[in-house]
Amino acid sequence: MSSRLINWFKFSSPATFYPLTGRLQPWFTWSAVLLIAVGLYLSFFVAPTDYKQGEGYRIIFVHVPAAWMSMFIYMVMAFWSALGLVFNTRLSAMMTQALAPTGAMFTFVALWTGAFWGKPMWGTWWVWDARLTSELILLFLYIGYIALTSAIEDTRRADRAGAILVLVGVVNIPIIYYSVEWWNTLHQGSTINFRKESSMTTVMLYAMLIMALGFWAYTFATAFSRVRSIILERERNSSWAQQLVNEGRA
Amino acid sequence: MSALQTFFEMGGYALYVWGSFGVTAVLMIAEPLMLRGRRKAALKRVARVARMSAAEVKQ
Repeated sequence: MSSRLINWFKFSSPATFYPLTGRLQPWFTWSAVLLIAVGLYLSFFVAPTDYKQGEGYRIIFVHVPAAWMSMFIYMVMAFWSALGLVFNTRLSAMMTQALAPTGAMFTFVALWTGAFWGKPMWGTWWVWDARLTSELILLFLYIGYIALTSAIEDTRRADRAGAILVLVGVVNIPIIYYSVEWWNTLHQGSTINFRKESSMTTVMLYAMLIMALGFWAYTFATAFSRVRSIILERERNSSWAQQLVNEGRA
Repeated sequence: MSALQTFFEMGGYALYVWGSFGVTAVLMIAEPLMLRGRRKAALKRVARVARMSAAEVKQ
């Protein structure tokens, strides 16, 4: 009976997770390159000009996927943090750390492209409205997590403190998501709505979804690459890591 | 005006469209390059630690 169940704890060991990510990483890298290439082609050459915003609306094809990833990565970090606190698995904190810089990068991209979209459409680079402010707080959460974990010398304590910070900050995610409904904001409502028909043409929607899938694959590729370096840095004294490096299989 | 020129003008939104896509592209190329550097450094460090512990055993 129990032999049919996958032993998930097996993968919580860095020694088994390291080669697994090594095998998966090239697949995610090439998926990301391919999907983003197709996404860019659709964004610039297939998607029609918007009747209200002209060519300026094309910023949506990076802005929305980046904003989605900024929230999604934080939720995955929260998942790993909770797992790490409950089961005390070392790998959880390594995954949280591996995701944080990519999450911060996408949050910055969402804010940056938002400003470059806001200027021509709203007439301002920035407003202190609910959506923009809560997304800025998300950037500070990412930076705060990175600063906190790198400031604490003892790895175990750094991991625990980081996990608690991530879990406390999770309240910000529904605030970002629902901010356009809860408050009167300058930011437009959600482009894709499950309760009513989408406000985009089909080809625009596909371009955006393919870009989002590309960003998603990119996140996997970078997080796996980073976690492999983190594992090597932390396991440098263990014989399995030294053996892999010495045999050129790392 | 050539088709290429029209494309780069983005209907007058060139600064905003290319400012968005350009910065995103720079960041999404820079991050994997930085990761490659980090990996090289990590591999070197493990190899060094392995050499040091091997030398200790011999003594």
